[in-house]
Amino acid sequence: MNAIEVSGLRKEFMVQKNKLGLKGAFQDLFRREYTRLIAVKDIDFTIPQGEICGYIGENGTGKSTTIKMLTGILVPTAGEIVVNGYVPYKDREIFVRGIGVVFGQRSQLWWDIGVIESFQLLRKVYRVPEADFKRRLDDLTEMLQIGDILNRPVRKLSLGQRMRCELAASLLHNPSILFLDEPTIGLDIIVKTEIREFLKQMNRTYNTTILLTTHDLQDIEALCSRVIMLDDGQIIYDGGLEDLKLRWGKGKEVWLQFGESTSIERLQLLTEGLGVIWSMDNEFSARVRIPRGEEIISQVLGSVVGQIDIRDVKITETNTDEIVREIYRTGSATVQAVPVT
Amino acid sequence: MMSVYIDFIRMRFLTMLAYRVNYYSGIAIYAINIGSAYFIWKAVYGDNAVLGGMTSGQMSTYIAISWMARAFYFNNLDQEISREIRDGSVAIQMIRPYQYLASKMMQGLGEGLFRLLLFSIPGMIIVALIFPIRLPLDPLTWVAFIVMIIFSFFINSQINILTGLSAFFLENNEGLMRMKRVAIDLLSGLVIPMSFFPLWAEQILSFLPFQAITYLPGSVFTGNIVGMAIIQAIGVQIFWFIALLLPLYVVWGRARKRLFVQGG
Repeated sequence: MNAIEVSGLRKEFMVQKNKLGLKGAFQDLFRREYTRLIAVKDIDFTIPQGEICGYIGENGTGKSTTIKMLTGILVPTAGEIVVNGYVPYKDREIFVRGIGVVFGQRSQLWWDIGVIESFQLLRKVYRVPEADFKRRLDDLTEMLQIGDILNRPVRKLSLGQRMRCELAASLLHNPSILFLDEPTIGLDIIVKTEIREFLKQMNRTYNTTILLTTHDLQDIEALCSRVIMLDDGQIIYDGGLEDLKLRWGKGKEVWLQFGESTSIERLQLLTEGLGVIWSMDNEFSARVRIPRGEEIISQVLGSVVGQIDIRDVKITETNTDEIVREIYRTGSATVQAVPVT
Repeated sequence: MMSVYIDFIRMRFLTMLAYRVNYYSGIAIYAINIGSAYFIWKAVYGDNAVLGGMTSGQMSTYIAISWMARAFYFNNLDQEISREIRDGSVAIQMIRPYQYLASKMMQGLGEGLFRLLLFSIPGMIIVALIFPIRLPLDPLTWVAFIVMIIFSFFINSQINILTGLSAFFLENNEGLMRMKRVAIDLLSGLVIPMSFFPLWAEQILSFLPFQAITYLPGSVFTGNIVGMAIIQAIGVQIFWFIALLLPLYVVWGRARKRLFVQGG
């Protein structure tokens, strides 16, 4: 079963155009001109139940707009959305009972009173039976380690504590889909790791589908089996993280230090036919770029080891940060050349 | 479903408790307001026994009860709603399976009940000891008064919500909110009872919803409105309560449409 199905989804906004100068301001009083801004341009994707999917893209590329349409806050201009079997904006009241949402930049808890009070309110809002609620709260409290802060008012919590409470709040009614909009923003590395672990655990235990937007690619690496990348309202990549690295990554690089002086010609001769590129740092150390394939690494090393005395080896990989930065920088234009799954 | 809304009353009650200092400063402000109004009216009356159809004793009672009723019906729903519209958190609340405006109304009621219990009732006892105030003896008057301040709350909150929702359509509704506040205090009869306005103004005001907030319940309490006229006064309140539902429905419908289509 698919948790989320989206096809031809489009969102346009009418943006007021302000004319320049005093004369323009007067004209605006009588006749306003609007320009059409297309935030999301006919995107399609499907997310099966139980998948953790990362939704990434630069600021202002339509991520939040998509999330808002998926959660029923915005009505799409065109296209189909089915989430959990409902059309979000049409069946809003029932639909929202089956989803959980966390906005990293906005608290959904009551600011001035104890966290537990907000949880109690949510129990009534979502009509969770007392026994289920208690069991669920116990689980979440234990997993997120929020037992001793439940009675504190939200305004007195640290950001990390608050975010853990927000997550608990969004899961009290056991939603089958969880939408997270920048859940780790502003958190320190320890809290980030804990939250990632927690999300993985929720996904494993309850098969919760998770769609998260983030600017922290470590979130994606730690959590997501799948990434959807958005640029200027269009999907420019949709697929596995490994695939992304394979397609856009520049492969692996091996750095070698030798116990004897050597030359680039000699190294090239040793690895002839493997399609690798050598470069010398100096006569005692060299780098070899291996564009594709894990098995080549051992072949390269194998052919060098017997011949030259090796003192040190370091294998580095283009990390996701670099890949994504590269994609953002070049934008969607050059992407045309690369087939998109 | 009702239990959710009752919980909103509880939540707001707890929030109010979290800010006790606000509450103490409120007591001081109301004491000053009641005291100054009392002495001003005492000077206005001078040797006159009756002015504008009210005896000076009725006037003292009217002032005290009007301010105490205000503590109950008054709320800042307009500012809350327009703040939530401006910072976008109103959209976020659409992901919850409850009615936004109903939840706001209930929170207003929680605030009102808090002030009624911890402020108006003890305040009224103290004021009754200091100033010459005559509380009604007929229990039916009390019943009518209680019913009437509940309607005062609803009418006032409806006006507040309408003012707050204007933030959707105006770039800055600060002025409108301030105007509304002054209009309610002045035109509802809190500062000057309706019967002291010139006849033409009194007639105009009787066609506006404001008098139903303070003047009508206050007059019932002081005994200026008696008998069948009480039923009529409640009728006026019910009329305004229903009449204000229509603009509320229309404005909220348009606001929601704007929210869902334009994102606020």
